[in-house]
Amino acid sequence: MHNFDFVKPSSIAEAVKALSAEGAQALSGGQTLIPTMKQRLAAPAVLVSLTGIKEMQGVCTGDGGLHIGAATPHAVVAREAAKHYPALAKLAGGIGDPQVRNRGTIGGSLANNDPSACYPAGALASGATIVTNNRKIKADDYFQGLFTTALAEGEIITEVVFPIPEQAAYAKFDQPASRFALAAVFVARFKDGVRVAVTGASNDGVFRWTAAEKALSASFSASAIAGLTVDGSNMISDLHGTGAYRAHLVKVLTGRAVAAA
Amino acid sequence: MGAYLSTFAPSIPTYLHGTLMAGNYKTPLIYVNVKAVFTNTVAVDAYRGAGRPEATFQLERLVDKAARELGVSPVELRRQNFIKPDQFPYQTPVAVVYDTGNYDATLDKLLQMADYAGFEKRAAESKARGKLRGFGLAHYIEACGIAPSNLVGQLGARAGLYESASVRVNATGSITVFTGSHSHGQGHETTFAQVISDMIGIDASQVEIVHGDTSNTPMGMGTYGSRSLAVGGSAMVKATNKIINKAKKIAAHLMEASEADIELKDGKFTVAGTDKSKSWVDITLAAYVPHNYPLENLEPGLEETAFYDPSNFTYPAGAYGCEVEVDPDTGKVEIVAFSAADDFGNVVNPMIVEGQVHGGLAQGIGQALLENCVYDENGQLLSGSFMDYAMPRADDLPFYKVDHSCVTPCTHNPLGVKGCGEAGAIGSPPAVINAVIDALQRGGFRNVTHIDMPATPSRVWAAMQG
Repeated sequence: MHNFDFVKPSSIAEAVKALSAEGAQALSGGQTLIPTMKQRLAAPAVLVSLTGIKEMQGVCTGDGGLHIGAATPHAVVAREAAKHYPALAKLAGGIGDPQVRNRGTIGGSLANNDPSACYPAGALASGATIVTNNRKIKADDYFQGLFTTALAEGEIITEVVFPIPEQAAYAKFDQPASRFALAAVFVARFKDGVRVAVTGASNDGVFRWTAAEKALSASFSASAIAGLTVDGSNMISDLHGTGAYRAHLVKVLTGRAVAAA
Repeated sequence: MGAYLSTFAPSIPTYLHGTLMAGNYKTPLIYVNVKAVFTNTVAVDAYRGAGRPEATFQLERLVDKAARELGVSPVELRRQNFIKPDQFPYQTPVAVVYDTGNYDATLDKLLQMADYAGFEKRAAESKARGKLRGFGLAHYIEACGIAPSNLVGQLGARAGLYESASVRVNATGSITVFTGSHSHGQGHETTFAQVISDMIGIDASQVEIVHGDTSNTPMGMGTYGSRSLAVGGSAMVKATNKIINKAKKIAAHLMEASEADIELKDGKFTVAGTDKSKSWVDITLAAYVPHNYPLENLEPGLEETAFYDPSNFTYPAGAYGCEVEVDPDTGKVEIVAFSAADDFGNVVNPMIVEGQVHGGLAQGIGQALLENCVYDENGQLLSGSFMDYAMPRADDLPFYKVDHSCVTPCTHNPLGVKGCGEAGAIGSPPAVINAVIDALQRGGFRNVTHIDMPATPSRVWAAMQG
């Protein structure tokens, strides 16, 4: 790791100002950034911690559904969202391991948009709103490809608002080494239809399986997707599994999520 | 081999693998040809088992495959071919001579521990839950207690493989042992002290084991190849016997008796047939305060050194049984039970032996299901961190059933021990893969006769697609 300066603002305004400096990088749970810095693949001059900002912490219900402060660790979400949105709480509780969950945050996960991360599936399936210091971005507009989001330079996610579905479940198949998703599917049934978000599988990151959404909106049962196939052509192929295997898993996991919802 | 030859590397696929190809069986003729190649990748060297897991995997997968093709029981096929207890010492066709063993005993013990008889019922219950259940058997033998110097010399080694021990008795009766065996998790501080405690009859807390400091220890060869008790312990026993012989001389002098009449039991020297006795501490003090001492015959002090060079390898053996459930939709393998019945000869510390087997099983299971070192076609290491190299974790493993009650003591070292450090990693890989193949075969996937390790979910699923 190269040397760096460290600041810990206590308000969003202070954080925005600190991030405007040359070589400044936002740090939340650090579960991706710190290992990256250790491998010298990143060397920010200044780390701006976002974990000291009170308005960015906490889980509560309010206008629009479940509000989660962007710097809230996964372990806190797993515990405090359980009574409001159990499927999302379970998703948070399945990320990494206890040490990761005590530090990693939803804001960090969404800002990074790792193609195998869990939260993008939860946010996209829920039709969540990503609230920043500047604006509100709908999930459908937010995820823009491999490690790419709609965030502008220096823009900070302050909270994420999740509409709470009538039924939902997250089915995740672990990559055995990293325990990220080799493939994972979040299914959410709202009054006006079903949303199905897939992570771990596509080269472009999280996506909605629209054919399944259509079938499940008509009939919310595992048999409704029996005749569907998943296109494996743009799926991740690596030492843990081929694109064809991931495509197969997407269908299996969608069925399991529907059954568990 | 990788790009360079590392210390042990050339011996592993050759001497530590070829000489095990007889396994527990009476195969009359065996030919082994090993081609070692340089590759533009990292150099390799010993991993737990070093050559014996490879040999056991080949052999036990082959036996399983043969049983399947012949339509016979994998248990009975092994029994039919076992070397029997009355055939020892047994000269194998691959140079080594097995000292002793009883393979039916470990196999019987394993079948009982694993409730082999109840397997069909469990398989039906798994099937009702949509899972494929399989049972995998492996019987292993390995050569450890490395090694007779003259033998390895003939094979081209440039080192001797003896071990050393200096046993220094202090005037107060406590003992310091300087051993060439290094303890880095094997618990020698406990077991070596136990051995001396048993030999003399003093409390183990009175025995200090000093290791790992070349400035105070006689030249030794170190810890690997499951050799510490077999070779290092034997050196220590040899030195301690020298101590006891001298101590008896001192006792004889102090009690004005003949040396032949002196008995040592529970830390007391007695003159046979009388009630005359001296304690261990009386003797040790006299050795260092020789006021009334036959100095013409006996030097003061009580400190002896010995070097022990084994006359043969030792040959632990055992039967392992692995039970798995395969999820046919994802290819994921879960180990639902694992039993290990080992014959390690005499066992000094059961808890430490169990710990060694547990560790070996974790490594062998890791190899069978999870761990994979992957290079791309340009020699770039893809599994470069634990984010891609899957180490076994606690929830990847079952609670094991381990047993070492089947004992055929080693015939050629004073402790009768065979060594136990690597066995778990040697017998488990074929047991796991045999179980996975069994599950798939029972599930109707008749075309799946082998899956290379690691049997990851994607590989198992791909095999099932035909």
